[in-house]
Order: sequence, then structure tokens, then C-alpha cells
Amino acid sequence: MKNSRILIKNGRVIDPAANKDEISDILIDGGKIISVARDIKNGCRQVLDAAGKIVLPGLVDMHVHLRQPGREDKETIASGTAAALKGGVTSVLAMPNTLPAIDSLKNVSLLQGIIKKDAQANVFICGAISLGRQGKELVDLARMRKAGVLAFSDDGSSVDDAELLLKAFKKAREYKALIICHCEDKILSAGGVVNLGFTSTRLGLRGISRESEYKRIERDIALSVRAKAALHIAHVSCRESVEIIALAKKKGADLTCETAPHYFCLTEEAVLGYDTNMKINPPLRSKDDVLAIKQGLGDGTIDAIASDHAGHTENEKDIEFERAEFGTTGLETELAAAATELVHTGILDWRQLAAKMSLNPSRILGINKGALIVGRDADIVIVDPDKEWVVRKEDFISGSKNSAFTGRKFKGVVEYTICNGKIAYKTETG
Amino acid sequence: MNWTRKDLLGLEELSKVEIELILATAESFKEVSSREIKKVPALRGKTVVNLFYEPSTRTRVSFEVAAKRLSADVINIAAQESSVRKGETLVDTGKNIEALKADIIVVRHGASGAPALLARHVGLNVVNAGDGWHEHPTQALLDIFTLKEKLGRVEGLKVVIVGDIAHSRVARSNIWGLSKLGAKVCVCAPGMLIPPAIEEMGASISSDIDEALKGADAVNVLRMQFERDEEAAFPEKLEYFKNFGITKERLLRAKKDIIVMHPGPINRGIEISSEVADGANSVILEQVTNGIAVRMAVLFLVAQARDEKQPHTD
Repeated sequence: MKNSRILIKNGRVIDPAANKDEISDILIDGGKIISVARDIKNGCRQVLDAAGKIVLPGLVDMHVHLRQPGREDKETIASGTAAALKGGVTSVLAMPNTLPAIDSLKNVSLLQGIIKKDAQANVFICGAISLGRQGKELVDLARMRKAGVLAFSDDGSSVDDAELLLKAFKKAREYKALIICHCEDKILSAGGVVNLGFTSTRLGLRGISRESEYKRIERDIALSVRAKAALHIAHVSCRESVEIIALAKKKGADLTCETAPHYFCLTEEAVLGYDTNMKINPPLRSKDDVLAIKQGLGDGTIDAIASDHAGHTENEKDIEFERAEFGTTGLETELAAAATELVHTGILDWRQLAAKMSLNPSRILGINKGALIVGRDADIVIVDPDKEWVVRKEDFISGSKNSAFTGRKFKGVVEYTICNGKIAYKTETG
Repeated sequence: MNWTRKDLLGLEELSKVEIELILATAESFKEVSSREIKKVPALRGKTVVNLFYEPSTRTRVSFEVAAKRLSADVINIAAQESSVRKGETLVDTGKNIEALKADIIVVRHGASGAPALLARHVGLNVVNAGDGWHEHPTQALLDIFTLKEKLGRVEGLKVVIVGDIAHSRVARSNIWGLSKLGAKVCVCAPGMLIPPAIEEMGASISSDIDEALKGADAVNVLRMQFERDEEAAFPEKLEYFKNFGITKERLLRAKKDIIVMHPGPINRGIEISSEVADGANSVILEQVTNGIAVRMAVLFLVAQARDEKQPHTD
């Protein structure tokens, strides 16, 4: 019995749910947190000394591309969840742009089978809104919801047909599901590959306009408000989007949103030199947009940080810029990136960071995660907040190595990740 | 100074001093083309590969002549007809050329940034002969060389570039190069052909060619390719000629000795009238001649940079 016990000693325990930030011990048994207190008596074999360390609820990343089934050359449930654990992420929402898309009960159960067999962290499922993510015909949302699908999104393909999306919102409301929108008007983004402006002009590449993002956000908010349904907006990247979302929230819309670390760490200038690891959709934007994203995180307009982890093979990335795939990996770097750019700079404190990366996404998805409270699942990450490290391509364990952060120095290292009461990751140098 | 760059990818990354070094080197090579025997041994034993993914006659021939006058061996690959059609990637093609022990790749490609990709993956010298809408550095260098030859200086000159700026690599390279050398560049086109934030590159914008030509020392007339970009909004041909075409009447209101340049091939009656193209102000054919000297200089300098980095083993 005592063998399954783990005691975390003297860590600075951050719990956004209880609004707590204090030195404490945490005792884990049977996959659950059984005690959070000072000076818990040392009665178990495994004791983790967390003195000087930050103890956070395991991260919940609500935007992850695990690629399986269909694109196992990029990522698998096994490699993606291993990468997650290395980054302190204990729960992910798997996006449905797989082959086949997660658009039917059959494909949900196919995916659930792989998860059961291979997943090393908690994997929750986001289903497609339309069959094959084609934007033509609604999936059987009711039955997929009952089978355990938490959210619905056509992911990289924004639903162009407003009527179809309205129907999806109405169904989602009825069955208490969340609609997640990748907001992009493809007519306005028109084959673009970088932010429209000086960068696109300088590089001689087609630009992606800001309007292509925020005009679609405006439309999708309007539709969700009409249907009185919840809407979560994925990967917000520009100032206008933040402003539109802030206003809609003020007016009472049932609205949440996320951004990704690359939108507060990097500007469009990172693309100069045609580095395709910086080719991301929505694109890296201007300095002013980065400022707006940071402000939106600080003032609560932006609820969550998610990686939009998107692995691609070298063959799909190490080619002409306009032909390369969009996306960066992010699971292994997101906590360090956020600690470096948001906490160490004073934009967020650790409690707020834990809210953005764990509690808030849990609440948005309606899962019982994100808190360090007695009785909860023991999903915990221990972080050395001041240790510096440099991101190196050869250190990634994800199925793909296309990181926008390679070469960057971060402050904050994941030392231990405990998932469902077990030590699932331990840093080599820690 | 010594030239240290393995590759010539664009003028944006070059300093004023580097551009001046190319121009000075070109000056010394220009004389070679007027000799009885038009050859120097500067690149003897070197192999230059012209790797062209877009149809091009004038640039490709110019590079070929330049390489041959330096005594290099030249291979021309028209990539539309080669193994590329069988799906070989640009990087693989580059590595194969490297395995042939060639020395310099001159690459023309429809994708902006393709020469940079190639340069990252091969040890050979890579010279950009035009990539997408990005840059066409040797064209801008020969334009600047011609200007300098005609007017004795570049600094302080007012140069108008008229035409499809949005889709022009020639315009971008000229803006970078001319601005670095202290010229004032004005781009002139209908609004739909001006790309966003071009003024941050150092150019002013005009939509009135008559206004733009006032006081200008030179006008560089871009080829209008109405057939090129189905999706972009283009002005109607005759209307374009009426509003932006460079005609004798227009030049009457400009400086008497204004230099008229064109990267070719020219569309008579579309962006330029025949009278102007063949007239006293035109330096279009001199540009072609100067292109040889400028490309000889570029090939010579990049080859030298690599030789310094990789000492001969013999």
C-alpha cells in the first residue's frame, strides 16, 4: 500500500483553484492527492524534495495535434504524450485533423482504442464539427458527445458556412459540448504564408491579413451569441482579436479564448531568412500584437495558453517556404516559454500562470483537473523556476522536431511530472 | 576590403561597402568584353551551374557569357525539363550538383527564399538569379552600375521605379541597393501594385508618374506582366499605358538628360513607347552589356570567398 505513495516535500505549492501560493507538502496515494499540508510525516518510500521548487497542477493543453490515426510519421499518441509529460503537461485535448478525421462514433472509438493502449498522459478528444472537416455536413454531435467527446472543432479549417456553424452551436448547447473555432477567412488570407505587411513585402511572400482572423472571430462570436452557446476561440494572434473578444466578454458572451507561446515570444521578424519553423498559422505578428497578447493575458481577456503543438516531418518543413507546412511543436517548451516571457517578466504570477495553463482550460473543457486539492487526480508538475536552458533540436522527444524555439534560452525547467499518481517524467539533470 | 560571403542572395543583407566592392570589381572586368580575346583565366577549372526553374533567356545567357569570359565551365540546367519533374526536391538537386564537384550554382526559382534554402544545404557558392517576388540582386547591381557609369555617382540621385512593384524582385533589389548607396527611390504605380509598407524599405510612393518624373535623374521601367497573376487586380493595359507608360511626351516634362532603364524584355507600347526605348535617353542595351561585367564580378568574388575558407589541398 505504502509503495504507491509519493510525498512532495517543502515545495512552493501553487493552486489557482484555492487561490493558494505557499510552502507545503503534498501526499499522493492511489493516483489521488490525499493530503496537502505542512510537515506531513514522512511515512513513504518515495519522497521528492521540492525545496526551492514550484509545484503546479499538471498542465492541461487544450490544443494539441497528436496526428494519430493517419500521420504517425509526424507524431503518435505515444510520442506526443511522452513529449507532453516532458513539458509538464498531464492532459491534452487531441485535435481532430487526423486521417480519418474524428467525425464519427466509429472514429472516436478507433481513437479511444489507441489512447487506451498507448497514451502516457490523459488524452481528451476533440471531434470534428463537420464530416471530413469539409464544412458541408454536421457530424452526429449528440452521440459523439455521449461517447466522451468534450469539444468540437473543424480545427485548421474554419467553418465557412455560417448556417452550418449556427446549427453546430445549437446542438452543442443542447448536449453541453464546447465549440472551438479556428478563425480564418480563407478568402481574406488568400494563400498567404506570413503576416501581411513589411515582412511579406520584404520577403516577397504572400501575406495573411489580420482581418482574415478578426473578422471571422467577430462572425463566430455573433453566431454563438445567437445560439446562446459556448464558444472557445483558438490561437488568438493579433491586437484586434483581443479587443473584439474583450468587448464581447464585457457584453456577456459565453466566450473563452487561448493564445500560444509563439504569439507572445516571437514576432514576424523571426521569419526573416525564410526559417520554415517560423511558418505558423495564424502567422507570427508584429511587436504591437505581441504586446496586445501579453496585455490580454494580464487583464484576463485571454483565458488559456495552449501550445497548438503541430509536428511535421523534415520533408514537409525543410523545403521552399511557400510550400512548407504551417506549425510548430510546443509541448516540450510551453511551460518554460511562459515562465520566461510571462512570469519572470512580471506579467503574470505563478498562480495566474497555473490558471492559464491548467485550471482555466480544465474549466473550459469541463474536466476535473487543474487543482491541487485533496481527492483530486494527482497530476502535478515540479518546476525549477530559475534554471536556465537552451532549446536544442536533438533534445526533443516529440515525433517531430520543428520547433520555433530551437536555439532560444529559457528560464524554468520541468523536474518531475506526476501523472495520475505516478512519476511519469523526471529530468535527467535534475 | 575583402569579400567574405559564400553566397549572393540579395542586396538587403549587403553593406554599402560590399555593394561598392562589387561595382568596382565589375568596372575592372568590363574592359575584358572589349578585348579581341574576351577571356581571363580568373575561374579556370571552376564549374558554374545555371539552375533555372523559371524560363529565362537573358539572365541565363548573361550569366553563361560572364562565366565563360572568366574561363569557367558552364552547365545549364533548365529545371522544368529535368529530374525535378520527377519530384526531386530543390535540396536534393543541389546536393547532386555538389556531388558533381561543381563550384557555383546560379539559381532562378519561382519561390521566394529558394536560393536561401539551397545555400543552407550546400557548400557551393549560391548566386540568386531571381527568386519569386523577393530579390534579383545582379539585375539591380547592373542597373546601379549603369547609373553610376552614366552619371558618375549614385549618392543623391533621384530614381523612379515604375511598374508592378508588388510582384517585382527587380524593384525590391533596386530599392535596397540604391538606398544603401544614398540615392532617393520613388516607386510609382497604381495603388493595387504597391505592396504594403514598402516605404519601410526606404522608398517613397507616388501614383502620379508625371509628378514622380519631375527632377528625376533616372527612371527604371519594369516589365508589366499582365498574364502573370490571375488572382491579383490589374489595371487595364491601355489605361496603364495612358497613365504610367513612359512616352516621349512625358519625358519632355522631365529632366532633359534623364536616364531610361528597363530590365527587359520590353513590352513596346505597354510600359514604354518604342520612341523612348530606342531613343537618346535609353540605356537599355548598355544595361545588357554591363550585366556581363557585374555578373563576372559576382561570380569572381563569391568563388574567391570560398577559396579562402577552403584552402586548396594540392
